[in-house]
Amino acid sequence: MSAADARRSANSAPSGGSETAKPRAWVDGTSGAIAARYGQNVLRALVLALLAFAIFGPLLNLVLWAFAEKWYFPSKLPLEYGLTFWRRVFAPRGNALASLGTSIWIAVLTVIVSLAVAIPAGYALGRLKLPWRGLILLAFLLPQAVPNLPVYVNIAQVFYRIGLAGTISGVVLVHASHGLVLAVWIASAAFASVDASLEEAARNMGASAWTCFRTVTLPLAAPGLMASAIFVFLESVDEFTGTYFVGVPDVTTLPLLMFNASMGGNYQIASITALLLLVPSIAFMLVVERFLKADVLAMVGR
Amino acid sequence: MAFIRSEGPPRGADSAPAGGSAAAERRAWGDQIPSEGPPRGADCAPAGGSAAAERRAWGDHIRSDRRLAAFALVLPALLVVGVFFVAPLVLSAVGAFRDADGAFTLAHFAKSLDLYTRDLIFTIGIVVLSTVLIAIVAIAIAGYLTLGEHPRAVAVLRWLYRWPLFIPFVVAGQIMRTFLAKNGMLNHVLIGTGLIEPISAQSMLDWRGIVIAFVWKQAPFVTLLLAGAMAALERQHIEAARNLGAPRWRVLIDIVLPQVRGTLLVGLVLSFVAMLSVLSVPLMINPNSPTMITVDVAYRINTFADYAVANALCLLSLLLAAFGAAFYLRHAVRKVENA
Repeated sequence: MSAADARRSANSAPSGGSETAKPRAWVDGTSGAIAARYGQNVLRALVLALLAFAIFGPLLNLVLWAFAEKWYFPSKLPLEYGLTFWRRVFAPRGNALASLGTSIWIAVLTVIVSLAVAIPAGYALGRLKLPWRGLILLAFLLPQAVPNLPVYVNIAQVFYRIGLAGTISGVVLVHASHGLVLAVWIASAAFASVDASLEEAARNMGASAWTCFRTVTLPLAAPGLMASAIFVFLESVDEFTGTYFVGVPDVTTLPLLMFNASMGGNYQIASITALLLLVPSIAFMLVVERFLKADVLAMVGR
Repeated sequence: MAFIRSEGPPRGADSAPAGGSAAAERRAWGDQIPSEGPPRGADCAPAGGSAAAERRAWGDHIRSDRRLAAFALVLPALLVVGVFFVAPLVLSAVGAFRDADGAFTLAHFAKSLDLYTRDLIFTIGIVVLSTVLIAIVAIAIAGYLTLGEHPRAVAVLRWLYRWPLFIPFVVAGQIMRTFLAKNGMLNHVLIGTGLIEPISAQSMLDWRGIVIAFVWKQAPFVTLLLAGAMAALERQHIEAARNLGAPRWRVLIDIVLPQVRGTLLVGLVLSFVAMLSVLSVPLMINPNSPTMITVDVAYRINTFADYAVANALCLLSLLLAAFGAAFYLRHAVRKVENA
């Protein structure tokens, strides 16, 4: 992407930094053209401002709710600000901290289970000659391409019968079966992008297959694998529907806590919990391109 | 992704044996290389009938062995998907057609259509409208990121558009629940700027709220995919068209978009399916009838433990998703045929 940027800036440089690269614009540099350019600048700023409001307005509203002590119709802003609800959420006996712990514990287990099966599968799909490779990749695409609700509904019923409903392991299995899919796709793209000649060189010099995988392939694929681990972690932390059906009534993750608070009309607690959930999401959004270039992301869905 | 390690592959065998012995060595462990194509042993075999045949047989043996190994590596992941995804899906399909005694019946579908036809139409309308809006937003933003000639505006937009990217649906539901309420920030801003009268302020927590939440959350995802695909395009055509005086929107529609149509469709189909199976957003924004099918499914289960009708409803929404997938597949096939 940076190459494209460089090319773009290089190609707009000769026109003197103006954003109308068409030669006509500077041939008749009359006051009309200047006014038109001014109008264009105002319009561009206006559109960007509208977009900024559309994106940050809702987020700002959430932050206001998180710090509002009192807020009712028809006041535009909260009548009182304070941290009463934060203290309640983070009280030692409060269930928010317990839910946070449950969420993180489930997500860590989900990452371990998913990667344990996704790394070998990704290696085989990205590197080895595999019969019915297309069909297998399609099977791994299925959970993304099919609505998940029927799956959750029926798996909850089965888990209830065998005693897995309402347990951490039940929720982890549901999360892993879904997170696995992304992990396999990203891992196979990561392994496919490792230069095969480096492996061959290692093997030529006498490294065993396992040593070669451990010291050459795995480190080279590590950024992609790291990205898939983060994806799986986030997906598990954010997952709602599966936990709603399978975790009930004993497993309360952060999204479920937020949902219950919101449906109970307690907007402050819901907003504070929502802010907690936003932290990992936005942190990942900010660094995602360090792990995954957009063209790799685009490859993932193909 | 500059991650090439400085030490590179192990340099243990620094004295690479020269000439013939190297070839011999390569042949010796050629059968271990996990690479495609025929085993090395076969192609550098010197003439000499039975030896070559023997080696070829050995090669076939190794090849099937290696395929088996590759398959064994994929098997655990396939099993997890099979047991925890495909099997419940099959159960759903079976459950939708069985009555209390296990006999075949269509009664559950009749009941579903009887009670929830309005909700089915509502669901289709919401998801299709959201998908169209997502496509428009994504094309506009990704197009400007690719063709925009004002570097600062492009940089700001690139920073701006992706904030909702990884925000979960359930949080998006909560955010919009407060933002779009009658007393929410949107109405206050509209009144403050004089765009509407205070008296005409209304809650948008109905179908509009669901669509806004969906577009707000999913458009950045499609935009990210689309902008990535556009950035990977050859720029010669774009620049040629621009030099000939084509306006940017023509370049976007006539030159850029046709080349990234596949990526756009993938993003839209994934969003379409995701929106079809979201429970939290409609439950939080618009739980009353008419509402989306997912809410009805949860209601049938939580209130009546009526898994049969729930499964029938699920199957109907699967059918909708299949339309989306078929639409995508048809285009994918046409693309392959044209290539």
